[in-house]
Amino acid sequence: MASKRFLYINRKAPHGTVYALESLEVVLIGAAFEQDVSLAFIDDGVYQLMRNQDTTAIGSKNFSPTYKALGDYDVSKIYVEQESLETRGLSKDDLMPLTYEDEDDDWAEKDSIHIVSGAELAEIIEQQDVILNF
Amino acid sequence: MPVLHIVNKSPYDRNSLDTCLRLARADAAILLIEDGIYAAQKNAAASDKVQHALGKHPIYALQPDLQARGINPDNMIEGISLVDYDGFVKLTTEYDKLQSWL
Repeated sequence: MASKRFLYINRKAPHGTVYALESLEVVLIGAAFEQDVSLAFIDDGVYQLMRNQDTTAIGSKNFSPTYKALGDYDVSKIYVEQESLETRGLSKDDLMPLTYEDEDDDWAEKDSIHIVSGAELAEIIEQQDVILNF
Repeated sequence: MPVLHIVNKSPYDRNSLDTCLRLARADAAILLIEDGIYAAQKNAAASDKVQHALGKHPIYALQPDLQARGINPDNMIEGISLVDYDGFVKLTTEYDKLQSWL
């Protein structure tokens, strides 16, 4: 079966609703099917990647460390929209580092997160076969 | 009859904060909880209106919700007071009415 290009678009903040956790679970399950997977974080979705999330005091599951496992599932194309970060007073330094090991480059550790403009993201969206929204 | 206004939605996802700020009277206080705490971040698109509101109302933010979302208190707009759950309960007893902008 030819692999398809899948894009998961995430636009919701992480803890107020269940969208972010559900998306992450679907991405990890889908990753087992060896498709070409990309993730986009737009609008409040950028909050999902914030560093130092600690849900101990609100008593809910802290799923944010799980994003760091994406690289091991060959999910290494993570696009974050620049305009969404700026609107929220954030920059790449506010996001947790996400990396993968590039098998075509002697397993060198590389950055999975790409900060892209809205225009660049529009092009990425156009290149997909399947788009799933959360 | 002072009112405590509670906002639990992100200012970038819903207009709850805008409506709250529009309708809050001079003696009212505002408490940011859950996704509402994103309004406390400085240098952001919503910072100016929050800053302006601080001139009229005390504004509180629930610390456990900031911690859960990875918002560093150093990146909060100056003048917003952090409260824990006990502080939240105390606020609800100090105001005559609670208005939750769901």
